[in-house]
Amino acid sequence: MSDPMAEIRASFFIECEELLESLQDGLQMMDDGDTDSETINVVFRAVHSIKGGAGAFGLDDLVRFAHRFETAMDEVRTGRFVPDAEAIRLFFACADILGDLVRAARDEETVSEDITGPALEKIDVLVGLEEEEEEALDFTPATLSFDLDVGGDLGGLPNLPDLPDLSTFPTAFETEDEITDLSPVGGAKGFQVIFKPEDSLYASGNEPLYLFRALRDLGDISVVCKCGALPELDHLNPDTGYLSWMVTVHTEEAELSVREVFEFVDGLCLLEISPLSGPAPTALPELTPAVSAPVIPPEPEQAAPTPLVPSHPILPPLADIEMPNAPAAPVVKSAPIASVSDDAEDEFSLSSPNATSGPTKTTGTPTQPRATVRVDLERIDRLVNLVGELVINQAMLSQSVAEAGLPPNSPVSTGLEEFLQLTRDIQESVMMIRAQPIKSLFQRMGRIVRESSASVGKEVRLHTDGENTEVDKTVIERLADPLTHMIRNAVDHGLESPEVRLAAGKPREGHVTLTAQHRSGRIVIEVADDGAGINRERVKEKAIEKGLVPADAQLSDSDIDNLLFLPGFSTASAISNLSGRGVGMDVVRSSIQSLGGRINITSQEGKGTTFSISLPLTLAVLDGMVVRVADETLVVPLNAILETLTLTDGDLKALGPETHVVQIRGGFVPLLDLGAELGYRSPLDSYVGGIVLLIGQEDGNRAALAVDAIEDQRQVVIKGLEGSYGRVPGIAAATILGDGQIALILDPMDLVSQASGRTKIRQPQHSLVG
Amino acid sequence: MSLEVLAVDDSRTMRDMLNLALSSAGFTAHLAEDGVHGLEVLEDIEPDVIITDINMPRMDGFGFIDAVRSEEKWSRIPILVLTTESADELKAKARAAGATGWIVKPFDPAKLVKALQMVAG
Repeated sequence: MSDPMAEIRASFFIECEELLESLQDGLQMMDDGDTDSETINVVFRAVHSIKGGAGAFGLDDLVRFAHRFETAMDEVRTGRFVPDAEAIRLFFACADILGDLVRAARDEETVSEDITGPALEKIDVLVGLEEEEEEALDFTPATLSFDLDVGGDLGGLPNLPDLPDLSTFPTAFETEDEITDLSPVGGAKGFQVIFKPEDSLYASGNEPLYLFRALRDLGDISVVCKCGALPELDHLNPDTGYLSWMVTVHTEEAELSVREVFEFVDGLCLLEISPLSGPAPTALPELTPAVSAPVIPPEPEQAAPTPLVPSHPILPPLADIEMPNAPAAPVVKSAPIASVSDDAEDEFSLSSPNATSGPTKTTGTPTQPRATVRVDLERIDRLVNLVGELVINQAMLSQSVAEAGLPPNSPVSTGLEEFLQLTRDIQESVMMIRAQPIKSLFQRMGRIVRESSASVGKEVRLHTDGENTEVDKTVIERLADPLTHMIRNAVDHGLESPEVRLAAGKPREGHVTLTAQHRSGRIVIEVADDGAGINRERVKEKAIEKGLVPADAQLSDSDIDNLLFLPGFSTASAISNLSGRGVGMDVVRSSIQSLGGRINITSQEGKGTTFSISLPLTLAVLDGMVVRVADETLVVPLNAILETLTLTDGDLKALGPETHVVQIRGGFVPLLDLGAELGYRSPLDSYVGGIVLLIGQEDGNRAALAVDAIEDQRQVVIKGLEGSYGRVPGIAAATILGDGQIALILDPMDLVSQASGRTKIRQPQHSLVG
Repeated sequence: MSLEVLAVDDSRTMRDMLNLALSSAGFTAHLAEDGVHGLEVLEDIEPDVIITDINMPRMDGFGFIDAVRSEEKWSRIPILVLTTESADELKAKARAAGATGWIVKPFDPAKLVKALQMVAG
């Protein structure tokens, strides 16, 4: 909190990510044929805002690129350039580079000009812009520094002494002695400014008084007001400015500084600035006032009772006017002014600089935009952990209450019930803090598709669906790599070249679809392509060739598809160099598994391939079934269990001495003895009368896990084991139960695939999957 | 002199910066996200001066200035336009819309304060 600029900078980069997201969205809409001006404006504004912020932080590379990109988008916005598909592709590429530049600036790195240069050239050529000279860049980045000493130095600007307010108005005319002191000595340096506002100057909200004050910052000034043009009150038009001034500024500053003061009113006034060459003039030179006589004919109604209500242009400046050598400016004695000044006092206050602090003003708390709070992720994690502890604590309490044998309708039991519900609500709310839409991740995939399709000469369009699905932040971060690889795979291996597609009667352009959705307590993300599908013959050949499966292996289509996940399997060499970047699908699978997720393939020849990732909603808590096997307590994630059954004799079929299948509604499901699988005991002789949990896998295959007893169904807090033990096959994590006991949480799918891997792929003669 | 300033900009970063610059100078900053929001804020406060961005969603700076100027009670509030362009054309447009002056982004806080004092005391 110590450095506000550092905080703003950090917040700028967060805002940039949001802007980049809108940029991508806008471009996508343009790509989909949306020509709405607001869509184009969104794109323009995103680039524009990034440029604006970047300039403030002196991020020159970012500013330069954003400026040219913005100029191009401005051409689109103004309709001077109508982008075609190629142009939009280029805009996408520029948006990607802009993102790179943002992140490079954030991480204090640089992006090579080899990347930015060609894109800029292309964009200039495309929209028919001459490459701008650096000098022509009408935007000078400047690093800002803020002096936070409130009330102190205003960033180098001297504090202005309080100026006389309107109540001291008359005294301004009585300061002749002081004024005399200000008279220049000899050939003093400075300027003489002749200033005659036009009516439009006042209409724009400018105030001569403030300009004179600004002049005073440059040095001593003396101001002479010429009111000769003031008509009689009857003829006074309140919307006309009648006054002009001559200001003598004694300053060492250059003329430019004086001109700067009048920057805002340039063109709205007659302005002459000439260097002082001798003593200040003692008389106001004769101006040629734009208004020397009343413009409006003297109609009585117009000179009526309150002629000064909007008359502010004429009078307030007088408040600050000092009048040396008064004879030339007979304001004070001028009858018209003298006659109105008293009456007009109230009206003056309406337009005086202090008027706005009148009673109607609400001072105090500044109005802030929508309330959001940025919180350190660590604090949220701490909260998540505490909630985890709370869940454990609640479980322990429930157990104690149950053991105390209280009736279910006792106040303690009902209170506990409410406590349970609250704990669950708190836990869900806390997890929601960590959740964010998966959109940011999906947008990054857009770039992967564009870049990878360009590098292999394919035409690919990415569709996304369900991008508002909320997923734990950590999961999103850790999904980036595997998802990138899968997208590359889809473009590289999944989709055919345009020629092949055309020959197959498909559109030239290939499609990759990325979807996310919540499905029964998990997040399911699918990467689907409409390519040729997996060439199973070839995959099998390759697997045999590499010794991953025996030559005589009997493999189902699904088995073959899953071969892609085996370590050492890669078809990359045969096809291209894009996906084969040293990362195989086995790495993708283990990344997904480390998130408590599973990945599965379905493929249809000629139609395409779909990779489906299923992930837990949160990495902190899960609903589990507590089971006992060989005197051990284990937790099976509830969402993996399709149903529970008690086995009868007729349900079981033995395929070998230790291999059984369970007949369920006409189908056969392999039986796994959990106790034996985990090495707690030897396989049982008979499972009749035993309990099995029917486990469903992503690929639709099922398995039955034999357990001794089902104890409970409850929410458990996940305590990772990987930090201490590495990855344990078949075990997802551990938890602490209500009685303080530690129980392992199973990864039943992994357990099943371990078992089937042992029995099927390496020993296909014992194939279990029916 | 402490001024009450309404700053209208759709960029959070820019709002943060304006807020910092203004409060560092001892001014009171009121912030709004776009023209529509700016008009809402104006219903509650009466600033000495308004700073507004041009490119904003919902209601851009020109629309906002128009709306402010067409309301009698606000018509005399000085308005500075925040712009990344110092192009004369844009200035002319801002002025035609009724702006008092302009500040070129990125702004130097000292110059911002000076510009504010130039139009609002």
